[in-house]
This record gives sequence, structure tokens and C-alpha cells, in this order.
Amino acid sequence: MGSKNFGARVTRFEDVALVSGKGQYVDDIHIAGTLHAAFLRSPHGHARIRSIDTSAARRCEGVHAVLTAADLPERMRKQRMPLLLPNATMATLRTQHSLAVDEVCYVGQALAIVVADSRYLAEDALAAIEVDYKVLAAVSDVRAALADGAPRAHADLESNIVSQFVMNYGDVEAAFASAPHVFREELWQHRGGGMAMETRGVLAQANVTTDSLTLWSSTQTPHIARRMLAEVLDVDLESIRIIAPDVGGGFGPKAIFYPEDAVVAHASRALGRPVKFIEDRREHFLCATQERDQYWNVEIAVDNDGNILGVRGDMLHDTGAFVPWGIIMPYIAGATMPGPYVVPAYHLACTVAFTNKVATTPVRGAGRPQAVFAMERLMDRVAHELRLDPAVLRRRNYIRPEQMPYSVGLIFRDGKPLIYDSGDYPRGHDAALRLAGYADFPARQASAKANGRFIGIGVASYVEGTGLGPFEGVTVRILPDGKVRVTSGATSQGQGTRTTLAQIVADRVGCRIEDVMVTIGDTAGIANGVGAFASRLAVNAGSSASIAGDHVRVSILKLASRALGLPESEINLEDGKAIGRGGNRPTISFGELSRAAQGMPGFSMDADHPVGLEHTAYFTPTQASYCSGTHVVEVEVDVGTGAVKILNYSVAHDCGNVINPMIVDGQVQGGVAHGIGNALLEWMQYDENAQPLTTTFADYLLPMATDVPTCAIAHVETPSPLNPIGVKGAGEGGTIPAAAAIIASIENALSPFAVRFAETPLMPDRIVRALEQAGAYAEQIAQTPAAPARGRS
Amino acid sequence: MTTIHSISVNINGKTYTRDVEARMTLADFLRHEIGLTGTHLGCEHGVCGACTVLIDGRSARSCLTFAVQMSGRGLTTVEGLNVAGGLNPLQQAFQEHHGLQCGFCTSGILMSLTELLSDNPDPTEQEVREILTGHLCRCTGYAGPVRAALATAEHFKSIKGAA
Amino acid sequence: MKPAPFEYHAPTSLDEAVTLIATLDNAKVIAGGQSLVAMMNFRYAMPDHLIDLGNITALSGLHFDAQTLRIGSMTRQRELEFSAPLASEVPLLKAALAHVGHRQTRNRGTLGGSLAHADPAAELPTACLALDAEIEIAGPNGTRIVPMREFAAGFMTTALGYDEILLSVHIRPWREGHGYSFQEYARRHGDFAVAGAAVLLDANNDGVIERAAIALCGVTDRPIRRDEAEAALVGRHLDDSVIARAASLAGNVEATVDIHADATYRRHLARVLTKRALHEASSRMKTKKRETA
Repeated sequence: MGSKNFGARVTRFEDVALVSGKGQYVDDIHIAGTLHAAFLRSPHGHARIRSIDTSAARRCEGVHAVLTAADLPERMRKQRMPLLLPNATMATLRTQHSLAVDEVCYVGQALAIVVADSRYLAEDALAAIEVDYKVLAAVSDVRAALADGAPRAHADLESNIVSQFVMNYGDVEAAFASAPHVFREELWQHRGGGMAMETRGVLAQANVTTDSLTLWSSTQTPHIARRMLAEVLDVDLESIRIIAPDVGGGFGPKAIFYPEDAVVAHASRALGRPVKFIEDRREHFLCATQERDQYWNVEIAVDNDGNILGVRGDMLHDTGAFVPWGIIMPYIAGATMPGPYVVPAYHLACTVAFTNKVATTPVRGAGRPQAVFAMERLMDRVAHELRLDPAVLRRRNYIRPEQMPYSVGLIFRDGKPLIYDSGDYPRGHDAALRLAGYADFPARQASAKANGRFIGIGVASYVEGTGLGPFEGVTVRILPDGKVRVTSGATSQGQGTRTTLAQIVADRVGCRIEDVMVTIGDTAGIANGVGAFASRLAVNAGSSASIAGDHVRVSILKLASRALGLPESEINLEDGKAIGRGGNRPTISFGELSRAAQGMPGFSMDADHPVGLEHTAYFTPTQASYCSGTHVVEVEVDVGTGAVKILNYSVAHDCGNVINPMIVDGQVQGGVAHGIGNALLEWMQYDENAQPLTTTFADYLLPMATDVPTCAIAHVETPSPLNPIGVKGAGEGGTIPAAAAIIASIENALSPFAVRFAETPLMPDRIVRALEQAGAYAEQIAQTPAAPARGRS
Repeated sequence: MTTIHSISVNINGKTYTRDVEARMTLADFLRHEIGLTGTHLGCEHGVCGACTVLIDGRSARSCLTFAVQMSGRGLTTVEGLNVAGGLNPLQQAFQEHHGLQCGFCTSGILMSLTELLSDNPDPTEQEVREILTGHLCRCTGYAGPVRAALATAEHFKSIKGAA
Repeated sequence: MKPAPFEYHAPTSLDEAVTLIATLDNAKVIAGGQSLVAMMNFRYAMPDHLIDLGNITALSGLHFDAQTLRIGSMTRQRELEFSAPLASEVPLLKAALAHVGHRQTRNRGTLGGSLAHADPAAELPTACLALDAEIEIAGPNGTRIVPMREFAAGFMTTALGYDEILLSVHIRPWREGHGYSFQEYARRHGDFAVAGAAVLLDANNDGVIERAAIALCGVTDRPIRRDEAEAALVGRHLDDSVIARAASLAGNVEATVDIHADATYRRHLARVLTKRALHEASSRMKTKKRETA
């Protein structure tokens, strides 16, 4: 069986349309008669809604409808969004209403929808809606949320605590009691938003005659969205079709089902017209979900050689005002902390609390970057205190490849014991160090220092659970014209999923990759689906594609054997044809076989004659498959301004078997860029009234082309034994350890000043303040007022 | 309703005459009046660059321009890049070098790079990166677009050399 | 984020433009639009009338006469960036332009627009302040000249009356061979300065500083000259300690606090960047003494 395409650098067929400006993103889809929606959003972090007067807005030019919660059908008005991922430890399962009923709990929460002839006119009408708010005290800083007498994020809840849970194994008390060395770190971590370049959008087209609904949505999860929408609208599941067309980036926030989508769908049904809502960037800053602040207070116990004896501590997670995805991120963070190391005992107590800000849900990395940051900062602390090279310390503590599969001792977010299926952490580590020229760095550093330049190097390693369940199905079908149709509930927001699946199927089935047509993201294409998040599609959809392809191959051979009068063992499948070996090489095309598989009207088929030349497979992973990697970063710090420039970035990346190295490299490079943003630039700031302060791209800083060097990437492939193609996920590994490695490198660059950092993002003014306190500047600085407290949300 | 203005604008070599309200942005005009949806809106405040087009050959943000200002001008959008129904060398380089992932920022980047390579056929990597700072990309980490731009420059140099 | 409705006017002469701005209520002039249209898209600015100066050709262009460079207010930043005469006569402006936004914004943005918008972190007003530029303004009662020091009046506030239009910027170039530097710290390439320093220096044949200009952007609510720091240079030879002292004086100012930086950091940057700018300007300065050395 050929593997011509699997593992090859196949260029993407998605690109031809996209570089020609022929992509079809939600806002590009034009249906005659479409009306346009805008939402009225709360300007307050927390307020009671006394009254809403929409009468003037209804009279505005071009307005077709203005709806508040009071205008919705009773069931829809009262229903809160279904909670996707409940957890027994959650004290409250608070999710949003479609439109705010009597309380708003974050700036940006929607209270009303205006539907008009154009977005311009809809926005004009928004200004005419009058709302009488009673402003309530808002809780902004998640630490303040825990204090006695803290304002309550929800007026009717007695506490801001959503959940408290512990992840632990081993005897942590004993480990710490007997340890020769214990070091503690307090860390503030902030991750900001996914910030895809395309904001969210939905186009709802209700068909009044058939009482059905079609939605084009920028969602990462059409099948899930469909279930949620059916429940909120109280309609038959199968009367809804959701299509994710071209989507301009996802990174997590587009996996959530947003209440606005239900309201837009309802509006379309109520008006009998298509209704389109395209979120603008300001709205995205206010109400697209994010990750945000975590406060970690952790300690590590080691012996005199730096071998880890135990890790323990606590973590506080800001979940925002609602919990649409439960407590996934803090849970993942807690389970990720032990990482690639042998950690004999572990105890992390996590508290998840409400604040009056938009909900936090997974953003690229989903809690893992924070766990890795905490662990890697502890490791660097150990290295510093015990005067060990940070790379040597890590290597000493890695789980060895011969220990795989390795049971960590925790239950992971997939509901299964956390068992690393495969991996070779020392190999990845060595590869990254080699790429980075780590051994020569001390000489480079000394030479730079002699020229008045401060350069530094940092290392960070991680393990990441990917390929999460429950499944992702793929149908492979040979069409009468010989084309191979592949459909899946998988979606793509830029990962090249269609090309990847085509590579797999072309190899399995024995056709040309050009003849594979992949349709993804359409609920009409396949009965069951989940979607893209948590780097799960290569494993799940890839495996399903492989299994379905194999089944179809079996059917092709059976039919071809019959048709050519040859045993199956003498038939090759190549380029969409079944070709007998030897002699005059009799041939029959897949198209002809497909037609044969339809039989003839009125005639019986032979007993084991395949019906249709197709198969649907739903691969269900038994557990997550574990990726790993090591990043090595070299930076230069401008001691005068605190500016940080990344000089070199080296990555060793293990995602098991690589389907398309070009695509994987692109994911790593893009992931690293996001990590650079996390480390140095991205901070979603709020004031003490939970008012967002960074609501434009001028205030919230994304990395630019001059901030992100091209990474050197080494692939390490430890195939996963858990799926038929041995792959693991590749979408988030670039982000996960980046902040840890970058902060470590900054500390290393400034080691002559012995400054230490325990936060991310790390801003230049912070660096300057630390240097100033360390006496780095010759001249005395004039007395200044105290700087604002760090770590404020 | 404010005054309607009749404008006549050349887009990708073809003249269009339309009536517009003054406040209609050039981006919305291109996308919804003319149906050229290749130009995208990522921020509407002039930072992300997804809406970049060429106005008389010069790159500019169409979200910060009103359609009514463009009467008599010549515009080029991403749809104007294809040659004889196929991809031009820059577009091909983007496919070859994985210069795009989700594609949303790509149209704007192609326009800026078209201007760059026209002004400066042999840019350094730093010069390419500086032009790209007028664009935000969340997917690629910029390595692919930079590679594609430099490869296109190489391609033109080799053609010129062979001529 | 769609703008509110407005009436659009495209005058073809300055007189027409002045009449419009003086007679229409809630009217704003649009130059390059790179700042204004963003504000209109957010509905932070909601003019009822927009007066587009883009069709008044007389407002564009660079004109050199014996001692003065006149730059029309609608001259695109791009034109300034690629002007060879400007690079040689007023290299400080070219140095400042390297930090102004991005190619795509400089293609449309204008010198006059930047000055009239008066963002405290903008580079062009700061360079003009260091150059002691004179701003020519046209109104219903004719034209008047305002020195840049007066023109930059406060936070996003200029000396322009509601019924006036910025006509041109007049600059008297410094002696050929003068020292210049524009040093800025911005979070990313092309961002507004967190702080920046524009420096001009000239010395006599013995290397004694005769003339110095230091202007800061991004530090307070408007670009500011550092008179005390300048005075500490004039009459002296430049060495590390003289420069350090001037830098320290330059940074001694009550600084802005915002989401990007606090006052302490801004003052620190003002010191550091002034120092770097002074060193760079000094190294660029060509005096007879240096040339014959």
C-alpha cells in the first residue's frame, strides 16, 4: 500500500481560491433579501436592567425589528445556554440567557438586537434604544472576588466561587518534609484572546415553508452548535443545517456557542428573511471569549542533585461571568503541570471564581501554557539556586522513553487516567539544544557582553494531551465519475484539514490526490460530528479517514477482482484505477466500479457485492495521545528601554507521525508567534469596575512580522500506538512552552543584575523597574510615586 | 438619508458607476456594492491591514477611505492579481511556500507585497518584514509570507537574468 | 463599526474649503483620514459634514526658496519620505518618518493631518517642534503664522480655530552638516511612541555647541521642548557627562500615565532616548574642525 502522500510536503489545494480572493467567509456569502443585525451591549460590568425602551429604535429608517428578551418566546427567553462540560465540583452552572433578562454581568453582554436593511442603519438605531440601568458593584480582579464582602458577580449567587478542586497523587507532605531544598514561586499569568483576524459571524436563513433553518457560521463546531441551537430554539435537531464555510482563524473562541447566534436564528424565523450578524472588532474585544488571569502559588521540593521530590501549590482561575465550557482550562492546567518530568508527589488546589468580565474558555493551549510556565519557572529556580545548568537539570528529571507508557497518577480532562502513551523527551530536548547551538551560547553571551549587549537563552519543555474524543467521523465515497468524495464533521480555520485528509485517503484508496474532494464543516454531510479544538482532528478525523479509506479499498478490490476476473492479490490500485499485474494489465476505473456498486434496477446483487462504494468510520480514541517538545529561545534585552528582541527560536516538536511537514511547521511557527504575544505583548486590561481598557488593535498588541523570527524546527516522531496512523495533534505545541522559554531567556540575559521575573506577559516597564531596583542605572532616579500593583486584570 | 453621490471608479481595469451614500467605506463598497469580497474587514480601525487595496498603485486601508473619495481613481484588489485565469507568481509563491493558513489576512498582504516588489524588486528580508508590519496575521507567524515574498523576488530576478 | 451619517464636500479651492468650514455646523476637515476615519468608524467622531481637502492641489508639495522650506499641509507622508531634497535639507523629518506608522498609512497620511490631529505621541509634530517650524493657517479673515510652540496647545489640541485650515508648514533648515537624531521607543514597529526624542545640534569650528534643540513626544500631553536641557548644552563641548546631564534635565518632566506605561517609565525613557539621540546627533555633526581633523 502506498504512502506517497502521507508524510509529504503537499501544497494545499485550499490556497488557490484564497489567494485569488475567492474565499467564502460568512460575510462573503450573499443571499438576496438579507437583513443585517447589530446588538445593543451593556456598557456596565454589572447592572440590573430596570427597563428597555425600543419604541424610538423601531421607528428608525430601515429597521425591521428590535427585540429584547421580553420579545422572545417564553421558553427561549427563560432558557440559559446549555452547559457543554459540566463537572461535579462546580457549585454553579451559570450560563447566559439568549438576551439579558434583568441583569447584565459583563461589559458587552447583549440586551437587544436590531435587524435593519444594513449594518449602518442597524447601528444608527442602536443609539435610539433607551435603557434604564441600576449600576451594581462589579468584581474585576479575581483575587478580589474571593475576599469577604466582595461584590458578587451575579447578584443572586452567594459566592463568586464556581469550583474548588484538587489534583493530587503521591505523598506530598512527606516529600516536602524530608526535602533538602524547597523553593517557592508566586506567578501571575495572563493569556488574552484568540484574536483571529476574522471576527465571528453568522448568516441565518429560515425557510418558513419547510420550517427549517440553514446557518452559515464561523463556528469551529457546527454539529455541537446545531445541538445547542435546536435546544435553545426548541426545534427538531434535523430541521437545522449548520455550515462552517471558509473561516478566518479560530484558536478556541469560535468553538463556543454564542447566544447571539440563537437570537439571529430566531430573528430570521420571526421575520421570514435571512439575517446576517457580523461581529465587529470592538464587539470581539468585549464579548468573544478569552483566557485571562491565573495566579499560581507553587513550590517544588528537590534533592541535592535537583531531582524532583514533589510539587505542590494552589492556583486561582478567572472564569469571567459565565461558564459555557465548565472548568476545562483550570482542569487541564492542573493536569499538565507535572509535564515531562518524574514528579513523585503532586498536589494542586484550584479555585475557579467569577468576575464581571466575558467568560474564559480555551484559547490556543487551553490552560497548558500556564501550567508549563509555572513548572518551568520552578525548574529554572531550582537550577539557579543549585547552580545547575537549566538544560542539564531538565534532562536529569525527564521521564525516560523506556518508561512509556507512563502513568502520571491523575485523571485527565478526557475522563481517563493520565497515561503518556509514547514520547522521547530527552531526544526532543537534545534536538532543540543542538538546533539552538546551546553548547556555544556561553561564549556568544560573553562576547556580546563585551560589546555592551545583553543576550540570554532559555529552555522550556512540555507534554500536551491531544487528539481528544469523543470522535470525528469521515465518509469516503467513490463517485460514478471516479472522484473520491470525503466528508467529515471536521472543520478548518486555517489548519489545512482538507488537504491533510485528502493525503490520507488518496494513499489508502489508491487514487490521485487531485481527485479527492473534501467537504468539511457541514452538518448535512455526516450525521455526527464534533469539530476543531484541542488539536484533535489529525488524530480523530485522520484515523477515521484512514479506516474508511481502508474499507473502501477492500470493496474496490472485491469489485475489481470480480470485474477483471483476477484474484485480489494480483490487482494494484493506482491513480484511481484497478490494474491487474502482468499480461496486458487489464484495467477498470474506480468510477466504473462505483457504478457497478449501484447494481441495476430490478436485479438482485450477489451475496457479498458491496452496495455503493463508500464507508463511514468513526474513530473513537481511548484516551488522549501525548505530544511533547522543547523550545530554546535566544533574546537580546535593551537594558535602557526594557525592549526585548528575539534573536533565535528553536523548536523540537513531537506530534507522532507527520502527515504534512509543511502544515505542521506552519502550525508550530504560528503557535510560537502566539506564544511571543503571550510573553511580551498581549494583555487584555480591565479597570476596577471591570471596564475593558484595551478594545482595539492599537491598545491590545499582537505580534508583527518584526517581532517573530522564523523558527528552526526539528521534528521528532514517536508514533502514537493509540490510533492507526500513529499521529498526535500539532496545533498548540508552538504556543505552550513559549512564554516560559522567553521569560527564562530574559532572566538569563539580565543575570549580571540578578533580576527575576514571575509573570507573563512581561512588559518593558517591568523590566526597567526591576533593573532600576537592582541598581543597573548609574544615575539616580528622582523620587516617583509608587507604580500601580501588577497583576491587575 | 444623506446626499447620494454618483461615483465612477476603475477597479481592476474595469469602470463601475454607482450611487453611494457618503459614509459607505471603500471596503464595504468593494465587498457589497461591487461584489468583490476578496478584500476583508478585520478591524475597521486601520491596524490589521486585511482591507488593504491599491489606490493608483499605492497600498492603503480601504476601511479608512470612503467610496465617495475614490471617484476617478484606479483601484486594484486581490481579484485583479490573477493572470490569464491562473495565479500570478506571487500568488503561486504563497501556495508553494505555505504563505497562508486561514487566508483572511492574505488578500491585504498580497496587495502590499505587490506594491513592494514593484517598487523594490530585490528587497531584503528586513524590508519585507517592515512592509508586513502593516498587517496582522494570527496564523502563520509571518515566516511563510516572508519566504513567499523573497521567493517571488528571486523568481523575477532569475527571469530577468535569463532574458 | 460603521460611521454615522454625514454630508460630504470636496472643494477644489482653498477659499471654497475655508467658506465651508466656517459656515457649516459640526464640520470636520479630512486630510489623509488615517486617524479621523478610524474615530468615525468607532463613532467617537460624528461630524455632520466632512470637508475633503484632497482635491485642492495647491495644498500639496514641497517648495524650497533661499532660506525656507514650505511644505503644503496635504503633502502625503510618502512624498516626504522619498523626497531627496528633504532628506538632505531637513534630515530630522526623514528620520522621524521612519517611525511614523506603516507604508500603507504613510501613502495616505499627510503632514498637516498629523499636526492638526496632535496626538501627543506623534513623531511629525515633535520634529516640527524641534525645528521651530512655523505653521501657516488660513481662515475666513486671511492667513496667519503660528510658531509650532504655540500651535501644539494641549492634549490633541492645536491653535487652529474651528473655522481654520492648516495651510502649510515652514521650516528653516539648519546649517548643512548639522547633527540630528530621532530616537523613539515604541512597543512594536510603527506604533505610536511610548516616548521619543528629536534632537538637533550645531557647533562652531571649535566643537562648542552653538545651537541645540531637544523635543520629546509621548511623554506629556503634547510634544515639548526641553529648554533647560538645551541650555545645558549650549556653550559646551559634548562629552558623556554633559550629555548625561542634559538627558537628565530633559527627563525631568511630569509624565503621562496610560495603559501602555506609567510616569516613572516614561521619564526614564525620556532620559535614555535623549541621551541616545544626543550621541547620535553628535556623531553626525560635521564641523570644520571635524572635517579637517
